[in-house]
Amino acid sequence: MKYLTLVFENIGGTLLLMVRALKYTPTLPRQFPRFIEQCYLIGYTTLPIVTILSFFIGSVLALQSGYSMENFGAKQFIGTLVGLTMARELGPMMVAILVTGRVGSAITAELASMKVYQEVDALITMNIPPERMLVLPRLAAVLVMMPILAIIANLCGWYGGALVCQYTHFISVDSQSYFAALKRFMEPKDIIDGLLKAEVFGFVIVLVCCYTGLSTRGGPREIGAAVTKAVVASLILILVLDYFVTKALLFTT
Amino acid sequence: MSTAYTASPFVGKTFGVTVSHLNKKYGGVPVLRDVSLDVKPGEIFALMGPSGSGKSVLLRHIAGLERATSGEIRIGEFDAADPDTRNKVHLALVFQAGALFNSLSVYDNLALYPREQRLCPESGIRERVMHALNILSLEKAARKFPSELSGGMKKRVAIARALVMEPELMLYDEPTSELDPVMSATISEIIATLREQTAVTTIVVTHDRSLALGIADRIAIIMDGQIKATGKPDEFKQTKDPAISNFLNPVIDLKNPRFKQLENSHE
Repeated sequence: MKYLTLVFENIGGTLLLMVRALKYTPTLPRQFPRFIEQCYLIGYTTLPIVTILSFFIGSVLALQSGYSMENFGAKQFIGTLVGLTMARELGPMMVAILVTGRVGSAITAELASMKVYQEVDALITMNIPPERMLVLPRLAAVLVMMPILAIIANLCGWYGGALVCQYTHFISVDSQSYFAALKRFMEPKDIIDGLLKAEVFGFVIVLVCCYTGLSTRGGPREIGAAVTKAVVASLILILVLDYFVTKALLFTT
Repeated sequence: MSTAYTASPFVGKTFGVTVSHLNKKYGGVPVLRDVSLDVKPGEIFALMGPSGSGKSVLLRHIAGLERATSGEIRIGEFDAADPDTRNKVHLALVFQAGALFNSLSVYDNLALYPREQRLCPESGIRERVMHALNILSLEKAARKFPSELSGGMKKRVAIARALVMEPELMLYDEPTSELDPVMSATISEIIATLREQTAVTTIVVTHDRSLALGIADRIAIIMDGQIKATGKPDEFKQTKDPAISNFLNPVIDLKNPRFKQLENSHE
């Protein structure tokens, strides 16, 4: 019962934080430098790892599917499989996991230490709402950067798959055929659905990590515990939400 | 001790503080019990008490950072627990550890409040910040980061940051803790001078006897979450209450049976 209360308390607290932060949306133009800084931290610093990992995920996907599909004589559909899987599922999912590990943990650590060392209390006494200064620019930045990262992840994954298809001897599907198959069954909706997923994941990650950081109490030890808690909660939420968002998107035209 | 501090532009209105039957419990454990106080506008009021007596918790309630279990605090006519009160009363709290923003330089720490509240253009903010830094003799530290400052300098920066807010109520949490006697005297002098020049109501939480007896107009002693006594510093110098007397003038008695017990346990 106590655990259940805690879960509802956290959900309620996170939703309240969201409402309070969004209330300050009109202040966003004057927080432009802070927004750009967060775009840099969320987007630019995550970009190299997104590029490398999505390239290899696309490569492995092509390798595994090439190996399996050879038995059915369906090698010409590898491009379709890699294309759709990356755009609809693995692209946004990979980006979300990487943003959780790379950015979410950093957000929680920063806000938790600000809370523990009374910087957040100082903001409150200065009549500067922490939701306005610390949460809103991060939420806005993640909404801008997640689709960009997801598009880059898709492109890297597709090209990784194309390279593997062309240069692996038992697949031997040239790039032209690979991309022709990729385009044939891919619709703009597939890509847009993936980007929407990325938006939802990013928003939830930042919100959960901000809430966990700002609700930290205690000393330095609790900062580490808060980071672990935020990362675990974000990863669970990404996977759970993935199912529901996918289902919702599949049945909307 | 002579003073070099001048704070002339920051003269404004000020507020009294009334605490009525305040109770606070953390997880069922009472920390403040039926606390009532009346701080008059413009006075320096010292809250003294041993560690863990609840004086910092009381200060956090006055600053609106905690919610009371029962009772209320009024700053002038406004409820301290209402977040909207911060729009009506310029309240500044100098935290025990300074609570400076570590990622910002000293200058930016001071400029944050006027920038965020959009009080004036950048040239006005600069003037305001440099004036506060001048008052605390911190001009040379403007470009430094908090991690590069000594404990005493951090406290002075925290006071300067509070001054930039042009406070109508000034709260200090252990302003002289962890400081050497000379720096403690300097901080005490700054607090007294600022009040003298700005007439701001000042509440100081401290267990520094010389600070409280030296600069406060009135003192309240808080023990185990309760107000034990309130009065002028002179009244406490000749107090007959053994608990207060022992707190203000502690005598180290090595023949105390407690020490004897400790000695035996080491044998």
